[in-house]
Amino acid sequence: MVIFIDYIAQGFKEAINLLISFDKEIYEIIFLSLFVSTSATIIASLIFIPLGIHLGIKDFRGKRVLSRILYTLMSTPSVVVGLLVAILLSRRGPFGYLDLMYTPKAMIIAQTLLVSPLILGLTYSLSKNRGKEIQKIGITLGASKLDIIILVTRELKIDLIVNIVTAFSRAISEVGAVMIVGGNIKNKTRVITTAISMMNSMGEYPMAIALGLVLLIISFGINSLIYSYSGED
Amino acid sequence: MKKFIALTLSLILALTLLVGCGQGNESQDLEEAEENVVEKEEESNETSGERIILATTTSTQDSGLLDYLLPVFEEKYGITVDVVAVGTGKALEMGRNGEADILLVHAKASEEEFVAEGHGLERRDVMYNDFVLVGPAEDSLALKENYPNNILGALAAISENQATFVSRGDDSGTHKKELSIWEEAGIEPAGDWYLEAGAGMGDVLKMADEMQGYTLTDRATYLNMRDVLELEIVVEGDENLFNQYGIIPVNPEKNDQINAEGAQKLFEWFLSDEAQNLIGEYGVEEFGQPLFTPNAK
Repeated sequence: MVIFIDYIAQGFKEAINLLISFDKEIYEIIFLSLFVSTSATIIASLIFIPLGIHLGIKDFRGKRVLSRILYTLMSTPSVVVGLLVAILLSRRGPFGYLDLMYTPKAMIIAQTLLVSPLILGLTYSLSKNRGKEIQKIGITLGASKLDIIILVTRELKIDLIVNIVTAFSRAISEVGAVMIVGGNIKNKTRVITTAISMMNSMGEYPMAIALGLVLLIISFGINSLIYSYSGED
Repeated sequence: MKKFIALTLSLILALTLLVGCGQGNESQDLEEAEENVVEKEEESNETSGERIILATTTSTQDSGLLDYLLPVFEEKYGITVDVVAVGTGKALEMGRNGEADILLVHAKASEEEFVAEGHGLERRDVMYNDFVLVGPAEDSLALKENYPNNILGALAAISENQATFVSRGDDSGTHKKELSIWEEAGIEPAGDWYLEAGAGMGDVLKMADEMQGYTLTDRATYLNMRDVLELEIVVEGDENLFNQYGIIPVNPEKNDQINAEGAQKLFEWFLSDEAQNLIGEYGVEEFGQPLFTPNAK
């Protein structure tokens, strides 16, 4: 127990030291984490929020089955996504010629695939429950299909933002996918989570805890921002 | 929607709490990383015999040596060996914290320091294996022709031509070995061509294969993965590439959870003729050459 508290205390000290020392390597790691996860979240949101809204308000056969499949996919382990992307992108895989393996681009692809079901599923269930009424109003006002999607997006803005933040949190906190397709290469594909995993296997607990705290601080910052914006306490 | 989120969140929270409490009660004092192993130990203590925790390097695990050796020991003594395969740095750290009963690692200087500081009882040589430099089959630098058994020359050629070199970069025994050879060659590896992966040997080999680069690997892991790699051995047999393994029982005074008796049995068994002969035979059938050379005295 003493050791444990020791590590935490040391971790806090190191975390503060790290952040105020403006160590280039650490900031590169933090920046890459943010860049990869933000890109993945934006790409997934642009594609799957409109689709989710559309599917939610539309009546079609197999809607129940779709819900179940979506909710299952939402909990796909990140290593499985990593494995899949690695197989596709490796030199002997179908997209090997693109030479993307072990690059930040591959990491973005993997995380996009990881959060897509989450974005789609959450948006779908949101629009299924609350989109119908908005759609009705839209139709009485003579809106086209596209207009309705835009209208629903606008009306459900705050809930959608919460969904996006949820997806972002999943992306930035996962380690399995980026480890496999990124490879944790120093100054190239090392992100916060892979660095933590590596520090642990090197036995450098204080540094690992420090990076973990940085991750929490980022999450806290983003969540505070979003919630103050959306007017909730 | 809010209800859905709230429900999901509270479900997750409840589950987390449940799992968290379960672990906390059983082994509060231990660190999370080792909790699983320890719990496994506790569970099976009720059903079967003793267990010991062997902290070792990824190389011995990945090469398949332990899977071949340990069942013989387990059968003979009725003691189960839980292997935690980590880098040498972490293995020594586990020893320092009393989280393992016995260590099998390969960084002689650090090991001797470990014993001198009183963390381990004694250190004995067990076996050695050797490292090889592997690279793409094309070998555009013609290292195989020019430096078949001169690692220093080969590394100089790699750095001069800025050919991709993937380093373990994880403070493991293999990483330390690699750095010491670069130092021996008088080169400070840095630049875009020198990639520090921070990963295990298998991952680094896959990475080097994927990037058509060079890397330094232990022979055993390479031979085990040869079929899925296009890499070939470029340099071998240089004296700088030999790698000594040592075995150290952890000082039982660290805490009362250390199984000193079991550790002592494993220690003695590794040095016995039986184990030494088994080590010398391992790999001959499959690869036509032994992967490790026993040298316990």
